[in-house]
Amino acid sequence: MTSRTLAVVSAGLSQPSSTRLLADQLAAATRDELAGRGEAVDTRLVDLREHAHDVVNHLLTGFPSESLRAVLDTVTGADGLIAVTPIFNASYNGLFKSFFDLVEADALTDRPVLIAATGGTARHSLALEHAVRPLFTYLHAVVLPTSVFAAPEDWASGTADGALRARIERAGAELAEQMHRRPLSTGPADPFALTTDFADLLGRREP
Amino acid sequence: MQFGVFTVGDVTVDPTNGREPTEHERIKAMVAIALKAEEVGLDVFATGEHHNPPFVPSSPTTLLGYIAARTERLLLSTSTTLITTNDPVKIAEDYAMLQHLAGGRIDLMMGRGNTGPVYPWFGQDIRNGIPLAIENYDLLRRLWREDVVDWKGRFRTPLQSFTSTPRPLDGVPPFVWHGSIRSPEIAEQAAYYGDGFFHNHIFWPKEHTQRMVGLYRQRFEHYGHGSADQAIVGLGGQVFMRKNSQDAVREFRPYFDNAPVYGHGPSLEEFTRETPLTVGSPQQVIDRTLTFRDYVGDYQRQLFLIDHAGLPLKTVLEQLDILGEEVVPVLRKEFDSLRPAHVPEAPTHASLVAAAGGAKDATIHAVDDVTGKAPEAAAR
Repeated sequence: MTSRTLAVVSAGLSQPSSTRLLADQLAAATRDELAGRGEAVDTRLVDLREHAHDVVNHLLTGFPSESLRAVLDTVTGADGLIAVTPIFNASYNGLFKSFFDLVEADALTDRPVLIAATGGTARHSLALEHAVRPLFTYLHAVVLPTSVFAAPEDWASGTADGALRARIERAGAELAEQMHRRPLSTGPADPFALTTDFADLLGRREP
Repeated sequence: MQFGVFTVGDVTVDPTNGREPTEHERIKAMVAIALKAEEVGLDVFATGEHHNPPFVPSSPTTLLGYIAARTERLLLSTSTTLITTNDPVKIAEDYAMLQHLAGGRIDLMMGRGNTGPVYPWFGQDIRNGIPLAIENYDLLRRLWREDVVDWKGRFRTPLQSFTSTPRPLDGVPPFVWHGSIRSPEIAEQAAYYGDGFFHNHIFWPKEHTQRMVGLYRQRFEHYGHGSADQAIVGLGGQVFMRKNSQDAVREFRPYFDNAPVYGHGPSLEEFTRETPLTVGSPQQVIDRTLTFRDYVGDYQRQLFLIDHAGLPLKTVLEQLDILGEEVVPVLRKEFDSLRPAHVPEAPTHASLVAAAGGAKDATIHAVDDVTGKAPEAAAR
């Protein structure tokens, strides 16, 4: 049985957080779907709240603390990524954006990413499409067609098994499918790896 | 082993009293720091090169030429010389001139610079940083080593029958270091030519330094310049010292908290843990500096940053006294006793002349300036 790593990033700020709750449900749906395909999943949950100071420090100093380095390696080295943010003022919150600003521009290339968000009203739901999706498209990730938005009414008991549940399962299945069809991740790229030699750099081959 | 100081040349407000030095004061302070470095027995003074405020050293050879005239032993260097935006022809000329005036007491450290707008101001594009560094330096080497150069490249206008003057002192070009924080291509470049590699080793975790120096050493051996442990390595470092470490921390903290590069971010304690910054007693600086060897191996040059973030000149000169009296003599003795015999010292003009089989005047005389018979004829 192969094992996949799944990074789950939640930018929820309150505790407990509905953003984290949504993230957990998406992770579970993905895990179940991959299990059905004979793959185990190692889920690595990242609550950005715990790394907020380190995120700001990295923005200011240009390098991550040891613990933030580990988080970034987890996110860029996973087979799949679930990224969930609360919608603030019509977009991802600042913590979410600050964190993904620290991801190297090519570190998520071809990585399947499931995007999701929570918000105070269903009127914010398209923020996923006009803000979050372009962010990951810029990073050359494969953003899944189904994004998941949860408004307060979606958590009401009457609909908990309804539209939101179905959407979570569909999104989880899409992510599992994309992870399953790819070769196993080789982990985060090594920024110090020499990928050329001097003759190439100089633009000429030695005779 | 060589010890010295390197300066960025920033004009920064002293956060403890709000006082901002003038450019004139800062330039004079840089000279005073260099003179003091020689007085207290340090070996090297290196200046940055910048072309935007708040930095003053846009013209390093003017500064270093002036310092050369007022010192006897101090080795003058750069940290760094912008190999990307400077014309390599002008670098060849300026530093050969400086080399003559300083009696060979110079070397250079190549760097790319990290300020986006500086590139277009000098007609370049920061996205070409690495290709510029590669092409320009290759030309610079030829200009110092070949009397007449025909050259064509991607970034500069071609040269036909060009002779860079003056020719290097005694026919021996200045030694060159290459500095880079995290571009493996630059470690490769230094290794390819058998030049020195310098890691600034400030403001960043030591893992960067370790990886870059490791790569440089491995490739130095690959290109046949010697064994990996014979490669020529220099490191930076950042220190602030007082007799009692608590006094050092208390005095330095406001400068740290408001520093242009890392201020308002991590705490002094976090930054001390995560980067090579050492704030404390002279003994703490000695102990920490000796650990550098544990992750880069035996190395040849240690430069300290002691004059940034608005620290007043008086304080910087006190730091130099402590370095010269209490820290460097111990480090010199300790490092020298640890270094195996087959690991060389950093090249100097004298050692390079000796390696070349003695001094040779390299002057190119024009044969006949009336008929215009040109240097290339004389060179053939």
